[in-house]
Amino acid sequence: MSVEIIIKHACKKYGDNVIIPDLNLSIKKGEFFTLLGPSGCGKTTLLRMIAGFNSIEGGDFYFGNKRINDLDPSKRNIGMVFQNYAIFPHLTVRNNVEFGLKNRKLDKAEIKSRADKFLKLMQIDSLAERMPERLSGGQQQRVALARALCIEPDVLLMDEPLSNLDAKLRVEMRTVIRNIQRSVGITTVYVTHDQEEAMAISDRIAVMKAGVIQHIGTPKSIYQRPANLFVSTFIGRSNIIEGELVVENGNTYFKLKNGNKVQMNNVQKKHQKSQPIVASVRPEEFLLCDDMKQGHIKGTVKDSVFLGLNTHYFVKLETGEDVEIIQESTISSIIPAGAEIALRINSEKVNLFTKDGESNILEGVCNDNVA
Amino acid sequence: MKKHKRLEIWTFVTIGFFILFAIFLVYPMYGILKESVVTPEGKFSLEQFKKFFSNPYYSQTILNSFKVTIAVTALTLLLGIPFSYFYSFYRLKGAKILFIVSVLCCMSAPFIGAYAWIMLLGRSGVITVWIKEHLGISLGSIYGFVGIMFVQAFKLFPLVFIYMNGAFKNIDNTLLEASENMGCVGIKRFFKVIMQLSMPTILAAALMVFMRAFADFGTPLVIGEGYRTFPVEIYNQYLGENGTNHAFASAISVIAILVTAVVFFLQKWATNKYKFSMNALHPVEKKKPKGILGVLMYIYTYALVAIAFLPQVYIVYLSFRNCKGSVFQEGYSLMNYEAAAKKLLGRSIKNTLMFGVVALAIIILLSVLIAYLVVRRSSVANNIIDTVSMLPYIIPGSVVGIALVLAFSKKPLVLTGTITIMIIALVIRRMPYTIRSATATLMQIPMSIEEASISLGASKLKTFIKITVPMMTNGIVSGAILSWVAIVTELSSAIILYNNKSITLTMSTYVAISRGNYGLGAAFAAILTVLTTISLLVYLAVSKSEDIKL
Repeated sequence: MSVEIIIKHACKKYGDNVIIPDLNLSIKKGEFFTLLGPSGCGKTTLLRMIAGFNSIEGGDFYFGNKRINDLDPSKRNIGMVFQNYAIFPHLTVRNNVEFGLKNRKLDKAEIKSRADKFLKLMQIDSLAERMPERLSGGQQQRVALARALCIEPDVLLMDEPLSNLDAKLRVEMRTVIRNIQRSVGITTVYVTHDQEEAMAISDRIAVMKAGVIQHIGTPKSIYQRPANLFVSTFIGRSNIIEGELVVENGNTYFKLKNGNKVQMNNVQKKHQKSQPIVASVRPEEFLLCDDMKQGHIKGTVKDSVFLGLNTHYFVKLETGEDVEIIQESTISSIIPAGAEIALRINSEKVNLFTKDGESNILEGVCNDNVA
Repeated sequence: MKKHKRLEIWTFVTIGFFILFAIFLVYPMYGILKESVVTPEGKFSLEQFKKFFSNPYYSQTILNSFKVTIAVTALTLLLGIPFSYFYSFYRLKGAKILFIVSVLCCMSAPFIGAYAWIMLLGRSGVITVWIKEHLGISLGSIYGFVGIMFVQAFKLFPLVFIYMNGAFKNIDNTLLEASENMGCVGIKRFFKVIMQLSMPTILAAALMVFMRAFADFGTPLVIGEGYRTFPVEIYNQYLGENGTNHAFASAISVIAILVTAVVFFLQKWATNKYKFSMNALHPVEKKKPKGILGVLMYIYTYALVAIAFLPQVYIVYLSFRNCKGSVFQEGYSLMNYEAAAKKLLGRSIKNTLMFGVVALAIIILLSVLIAYLVVRRSSVANNIIDTVSMLPYIIPGSVVGIALVLAFSKKPLVLTGTITIMIIALVIRRMPYTIRSATATLMQIPMSIEEASISLGASKLKTFIKITVPMMTNGIVSGAILSWVAIVTELSSAIILYNNKSITLTMSTYVAISRGNYGLGAAFAAILTVLTTISLLVYLAVSKSEDIKL
């Protein structure tokens, strides 16, 4: 039985130190929701408030219609997966998985069949009688997941569960987690600082900074139309270029510092006025021009990295800014360092922000974050 | 917002400890202090302290204790560190035997060792007499300073050995290889790298030896003769033949506590200079001892252990010798054991085992609770509990004994002469060690393990019992064996508190020896030795570990 999670005006303080000032969030039933942000942004704090391990200094937390602020953590019916898995070292795999079931006063046959079901689902049924010290990291992770899920919780909470695994296993396990979550259909809150992991796994992502949610949206909307400059630089790579917005003859242009103009057709009405702005151009949004005259801006190649599918170039622009650009690798030779190149900016994909970086001035920003 | 502090069961545990410690720790210690500075007329006076410091006859005792203890500490380090080095870095044949026997050495009651050495090297000791008859050389006196130092050093060096084994095991092989790479090898590497890396452990071992030796009552009593140390003086003032003076005994106690406290803090200060932690990913691979050095290594390790173990073997041997009073005679029989059987042997064994089991159970229970309070419910109140619980670490055993007698011989709580007071003394004496190991173990357990249990629907209490306690016990049990043996061989506080009803094997041994019934004493001591040996072997078999943690 999964539920909707609603958080209203949440506040977290340690003494006078405010971690989360005022946070609102609603997570849909059955959704895979990720809290993403740099370390210290309050994402784990928020997760632990939902779990009941951190005190709540203000606001209301609901599971469906039930207010859970004062509910003991053991009564919230949550499944939790910890960063270090928190497998009980003195219990076998089976006893670890059955631990939560035994607290629910089920009869023996029921406990066994439920544990078996999840041991099988996580493909660890052959390890059932082993002690945890004889398990690999990935196997411990599966035990932790089976243990959290087999109590059939209302909510599954995961605190950076993949950060202790090696890169290859991390990719494998995130697929496992995603598939299990889909098949069980449980509301899941997932904490990570790895934006690629968040994109791969989530239905929706909340990007947090300093206890404040910056943007809530699908991976696609967060990547393509980030709500502010912070989100744009935190998710994926972004080159920051300063310039101006100018309106001439009813058309809106992004004017670069070298005087060249890029026509923009998707600036929000209220922002269509001359003003200084910042642009965030992702490496793939710079297009290499064959004709030097066609480019919006010139630059000098400083270095290049060949990564197979793509080649990354590190370029110094004529305006003095250092940028990174990505080109699909070609059979012909890599552009040598020192070469002059001309670049165009993909005006459909580029994002423009107010000078302070606080808001995206383009249309099409989907942000569910209602402050 | 409302900020309600939930009243949970641990709050009551905290309150419980405050009451418990107030009654059994603070109140008796306060009693000692009061006794030392308040005259019978109820006036404040430093008369007793003046008497102590103005009369060299008394002040000398602290100085003597200090001198001999420093000598003992230095000697144990000198004996124990090379022993541990050879044991840890070389694949010695019979290493397991060396380990078990040396642990056994430090588990015997000290005064029994002293008594056995007198039988061997004393004025009419077998070795002394033999050498005099056959070689015409007269050995020096085993009594006094030299004797105390000799007996204690050979009894306590295994503590250094056990501590150092742990430190050497944590040295990563790559550190040694790195130093070799930079041209630092052999004896230079031993002093410049290995010793430096082990410094925190050396200091810890030194403190442990110092505390044991400084407060040891049995050894100087038996072998000290004219060399008077303070624990004996406290005892004499308290129960002495020349009239008792409780106030003066209390004053000496206070002075002794101050001295140990200073040493304790000095050691902490010194340890702070070596703050680093190590965990060997690549433990040192043991080498095979080769050449003349190898032979010397074997001679050193085996000779050391043999000498240290000799008293116990000799005591067991003596217990089968015919004996009349204080004179051993020709022939062998079980007459000493028969005499022992008539002299409360059954009660002694029963009490010894019972005290051990009950005291250990209480110690473990209290330690687990205190560790939990300190680590998981850290607060001012709980930190006070932690600090107070460490007090007995610096209080000599005889002082614990006197403090309890002074506190509980009058209403409302009369415990003097009961079995209860013996158990209380044992718990107080040994608790700090177990609390330390319990706290250290709990700190290693990540909080998330308990949170996982709670999130799976277990209550806090159930989590504590089913998850926290089982995870802690491994750490506690490894230290429990030494607590057990220390309890079983306790003399210094027991000698003040025991009576006919609460007599133990150790006390029976002491009583027999002090009355000159040497054969009887040997029989009791032999049984005690067998008991500790069995304890150790059972522990090693059950725990399957080669290690003993302190």
